[in-house]
Amino acid sequence: MILPRRKGPAKLRLDYELMESLIDDGAKVLDLGCGDGQLLADLIGYKGCEGRGIEIDEAAVLECVKRGVAVYHGDMLEGMECYRDGHFDVVILSQTLQQTMDPPRVIREMLRVGRRAIISFPNFGHWAVRFQLLWTGRMPRSYALPYHWYNTPNVHLCTVKDFEEFCEREKLRIVEEIFLTARYRPITGFLANWRAGLAIFQIQRAT
Amino acid sequence: MSIDDVIPIADGSRFGGADSVGLAQTQFITFAEPPGEMVLECGQKLGPVTLAYETYGTLAPRRDNAVLVLHALSGDAHVAGYHSPGDRKPGWWDLFIGPGKAIDTTKYFVVCSNIIGGCKGSTGPSSVNAATGRPYGMAFPMVTISDMVRAQAVLADRLGIARWLSMTGGSMGGFQVLEWVVRYPERVASAMPIATTARLSAQGIAFDEVGRQAIMADPNWRGGDYYGREAPRAGLAIARMIGHITYLSDEQMHTKFGRRLQDRDRFGYDFKTEFEVESYLRYQGDSFVRRFDANSYLYITKSMDYFDLAAGRGSLVEVFQRVRAEFLVLSISSDWLFPTYQSKEIVRALKANGIPTTFLELQSPYGHDAFFLPNPQMSATIAGFLENVLRRVRASGGAEVPSS
Repeated sequence: MILPRRKGPAKLRLDYELMESLIDDGAKVLDLGCGDGQLLADLIGYKGCEGRGIEIDEAAVLECVKRGVAVYHGDMLEGMECYRDGHFDVVILSQTLQQTMDPPRVIREMLRVGRRAIISFPNFGHWAVRFQLLWTGRMPRSYALPYHWYNTPNVHLCTVKDFEEFCEREKLRIVEEIFLTARYRPITGFLANWRAGLAIFQIQRAT
Repeated sequence: MSIDDVIPIADGSRFGGADSVGLAQTQFITFAEPPGEMVLECGQKLGPVTLAYETYGTLAPRRDNAVLVLHALSGDAHVAGYHSPGDRKPGWWDLFIGPGKAIDTTKYFVVCSNIIGGCKGSTGPSSVNAATGRPYGMAFPMVTISDMVRAQAVLADRLGIARWLSMTGGSMGGFQVLEWVVRYPERVASAMPIATTARLSAQGIAFDEVGRQAIMADPNWRGGDYYGREAPRAGLAIARMIGHITYLSDEQMHTKFGRRLQDRDRFGYDFKTEFEVESYLRYQGDSFVRRFDANSYLYITKSMDYFDLAAGRGSLVEVFQRVRAEFLVLSISSDWLFPTYQSKEIVRALKANGIPTTFLELQSPYGHDAFFLPNPQMSATIAGFLENVLRRVRASGGAEVPSS
C-alpha cells in the first residue's frame, strides 16, 4: 500500500506510523496498553484525535500524564467496561494481543466500545521462527519475540493464518492487512505467513 | 486528618528555603450576616459565617491559574509554609506545594480553604453564637459537604476566581472536590481527587460512629456544653486513636512497630502501655486533643457520613453529566479506608460520560495517609497533569466564565 506521509517528526517505529495512517483526523481513539502514550500524543497533536489510553505499568502512566494523555491505570478489560457501545471510532491493540489472557474476549470488547479495531502482533508463522524450532529444537527467539520460554509474557501467540481463521470464525471483517518484516520493513501480502515478522490487521464486525 | 506525627517527614523545605513558600498567614472572610443567613442543606440557617483560608503565589492577570486545595477531617487552611520563623513544622501539605514542587507556586495561585463546622478559624460548634453570646455547642446546625463547598464558593467570588484551573484534596478533601465539580461544573477546569470516594462506605460510617460514641461517652462531654470547662479529652483521644488505625496499614504497622515493647524488655502483666504501637496511638490521641475540638469532630465526621454524591441526583453516571472538568483520580494501593475500588467507581462514571480522566493507583505500603508522605511518582503526576491543563486552558482562551 502507499503510505500517506505523516505530519510531525519522523517516527522510530514504522508500525506506529502505519497504524496512524489508518486513523482518520479527529477520530476518537482508545489505545490498549498505550505504554508511554507516544502514539496517542501524536494522534492528538498531529491529527486532532481524541485519545484515551489504558496501561498497566505505573511508570508508563506517569509518562502519559506528562504528555497530556488521559490514561487508565489497570487491566484493559476492566478499563474498557465502562465505555458505552461504539464510543470510539478506533480501538488499538499494539503487539499486546499475544499477552492477553483471553484474546477473544478482548477483541469482542474492543469491537463493542469501538467501531473498528487495529490489532498488531508478532507472526509466529515467520520463517525464522519455524526454522529455529525445526533445526535447533528450542523455543524460537527473535527481534519480535525476545523472551525465553520461562519468562515470556506471550501466552497466546498466533500466526497470520491463525488470525485470519479466527476472524472468519468470529464473523469479523478484515478491512486491511499490513505486513512488515521482523525489522519493520513493509512487504506485500505474498506468502505473508512466511515472510511477515509483524502483522497489522484492521477489523470490524461483519454485520 | 494529618500524618504529621506518623512518620518523620523527610522535609527538605526549611523555612525560607528555595522550595518553601516561606511565611504564610491565615486570612478570613465573613459573610451571611443576618438577616441574610446561609440556609444549610438540613434546612437550618447559619450566619454570620467566617471562613479561614490561605493563599500562596500570584493570581495571573487573566485569573486562570488558581488551584484550590481542600483538606481532610482534621486539617486546616495552613497547607504550606510557616506562620512564624520559629515554627517547628510547615503546613500540612508543604511537601507538594511551593516553588518547583508538584503544585508550583511560581506558576499557580494556590488557595487552601478551611471548612465550616471545623475549629480552625471558621465558624463551627466552638464559635460564639451571636444570638446567645455563648459557644454553639450542640446548638450548631448540622453542616454537610455541600454546605462547606457553598461557603467556599463565596470565598472564590471574593477572591475574584470565576473558574478554578484545578482543585485537589485527599480523603474528605476529595469529597469537597467532587461536590465542587458537580455543583459548579462551569467553575472547575480540572480536578484531582485523591484517596477518596463518591459515597462513604458502611465501614467508614462505622469507624466514625465508634469515634463519636467515644466522645459522647466521656462524662466531660456534657451534651457538648463543655466550653470553659474540662474538655472530653479522653473521648476525643480514643476517637483519634481509632481514626489513626484506619489511616495506616497492617504492613506499615508491622514494619514500624511489630510486637516491640516500649521502654521495657519483658511483659509487665498489667494494663500499662507496653507495646510500641500502644504508646504511639496514645501519643497521637493526646497530641490531637490539644489542637482539635471534640464537637467539631462530631460534626465533621457526621458530614462525611452523609456524603453521597449521587444522593438526590440519580446514578453516579448521571451525576457527572454536566461536568466539564478533566480528571486525575489517584488511589493508594494499601488504603483500606478508601480502597482503590471506590476510586474506580468514580472513574467508571466519569468515563461513561466521556470525561477525560486519568486514573492511577499509587503503589505504597503506607495506607490511607500515604498521600501526606513524600512520593515522587505522585508529585510528578500532579505536576504533569497541571501543566497540561494550564496549557490547554490557555490555548482555549483562559478563564471563560465572567466573574460572578
